[in-house]
Amino acid sequence: MAQQVFAYIIHKEGVADDTALEMIAAARKLDPDASVAAVIAGAGAELDAVCRELVSSFSEVWKIDNEALAYVNAEVLRRMLVRILPKDGIVLVPHEHFGMDLAPGLSIMLDAAYLPDAVDFEGVEDGKLKAVREEYTGQVSTHVHCDISQGAVITVRPGSFKADESKSASGKIVDKTAEAMEGGLPGGARRFLEVVEAEVGDVDITKSDVLVSVGRGIEDEDNLEMIFDLAEAMGADISCSRPIVDAKWLEKSRQVGTSGQTVKPKVYMALGISGAFQHVGGIKGAPFIIAINKNPKAPIFQAADVGIVDDILDFIPELTDRINEMKG
Amino acid sequence: MEILVCIKRAPDTSENEIEVNRDGTDIERDDLVYSVNEWDNYAVEEAIQIRDKMGGSVTVVTVGDEDDEEVIRREMAMGADHGILLSDETFKGSDGRGISAILKAEVEKKNYDLILTGAQADDGAGQVGGILAAMLDWPYASLVNFIDVIDDKKIKVGREIAGGNQEMHEIDLPCVLSIQTGINEPRYVGIRGIRKVASLEIPVHTAGDLGIAPESVGESGARTKRLDYFVPELGEGAEILEGSTEEIIDKLLEFLKAKGGIK
Repeated sequence: MAQQVFAYIIHKEGVADDTALEMIAAARKLDPDASVAAVIAGAGAELDAVCRELVSSFSEVWKIDNEALAYVNAEVLRRMLVRILPKDGIVLVPHEHFGMDLAPGLSIMLDAAYLPDAVDFEGVEDGKLKAVREEYTGQVSTHVHCDISQGAVITVRPGSFKADESKSASGKIVDKTAEAMEGGLPGGARRFLEVVEAEVGDVDITKSDVLVSVGRGIEDEDNLEMIFDLAEAMGADISCSRPIVDAKWLEKSRQVGTSGQTVKPKVYMALGISGAFQHVGGIKGAPFIIAINKNPKAPIFQAADVGIVDDILDFIPELTDRINEMKG
Repeated sequence: MEILVCIKRAPDTSENEIEVNRDGTDIERDDLVYSVNEWDNYAVEEAIQIRDKMGGSVTVVTVGDEDDEEVIRREMAMGADHGILLSDETFKGSDGRGISAILKAEVEKKNYDLILTGAQADDGAGQVGGILAAMLDWPYASLVNFIDVIDDKKIKVGREIAGGNQEMHEIDLPCVLSIQTGINEPRYVGIRGIRKVASLEIPVHTAGDLGIAPESVGESGARTKRLDYFVPELGEGAEILEGSTEEIIDKLLEFLKAKGGIK
């Protein structure tokens, strides 16, 4: 494969995101001989710090350094990237909130194929990449052919490739700022205003040792009572998955997941939670995970240590009674 | 404000276990319960709320066949003013780019101020909004969980980012937004509402009506193609506790005590 591979680097406060080294692993799976160039945008000293960190892992680090990118707006960056990237390149972007904002439109502007949320690559043949994706929140997988011969933008699911920590490159930093700014600062139709920080709830679940976490399987707001009872009996705090917050049954500060809180308990009990990767991505520190779900195929059973296949509406009240009996 | 919402009919995953069919060509569809894609339903609710405040109309559109009419009717029962079905043999096998090209042709038939899509659907791709915006050369924001209409030229939007934080932007109209769940509380649609729209004629626009070259969409225009469905090889996974409920609880309590799960 003669096409150049690029990895878009997400960073914060002068440190590259965990996905940076995962992108190298993904690129090597795509093409074992690939020389992978990192592409990074930001401003000033923070950007320079990340670039210095990246040269040990990438053969080249293409940086775009501009005050207007101190907080990167995908609408601005996309138009800059089109000015610097070759049309037939393969661009890997992490499939998270920024990548999802940037990547689909980038593929159109580069006239490249778009492959979203890849979790694995299984080789390239006749210009066609065979990739693995998941559908229906991970209940089934698919093989997908993507014609990358005229270039491709591929978003890669965070955590699906093992980070390449070999630090085997001694790359160079290539300043692409002038090229990216040719014709002026683009993308003015969407103007970044501010980041509104999440409201802090009455309980900080990121500090909890034991979490009783409730999901869609609770079915009705009135049923939450049994979760409160169980948590009280166990001396646990209550967290939840996204549908419970969407329904406004619990506050956003209790949501575990990539768009919610990252928790590090000792014990995590997932009740009626299917276990989409966005949810599991918010559970760190290798807790002991207990999953109770009536669907034996729910992905949560892959993440859990111990599983019980049952309807939580039947199981929870019995469990609570037993705990209360035990405690006398 | 003229608003177009792009919707899709999808199996309701909270009601269904999804399984691969025998030869891996599709999922087992016989017993599936279909509805409007969850994210799209939030998008339609948001469009209705904006219309009720600002005036104008809400149109829902989908690419599909006669089976997909039901989700158009459902969203019209919810309060959308118009529904359009984009349907043609040549559309079959379209990838995200093809679907977006078809939608673009429909968008260009009228002067819309705002286009909403769901942030993602059952395939988890989350691509149509961003691709459509780039094809139209309109500004775009993804994962939108807040909209405030400032005037007929611009709106303020919030994007859902990591850690429960929200990224605020001002964005010029016309624009495309992909809507995240939780932005509102979609209204309930009752049987009576569905009955009222049951006999409405849903206009169907074909490739010819839209001036779409057949080779640019469908399988021939697709650069990505699903080859098969399969059940991933799973790791060991959880130790599943078995027995009577009482026995299961006995074992669970042992684990909880050992791991510090009961204080």
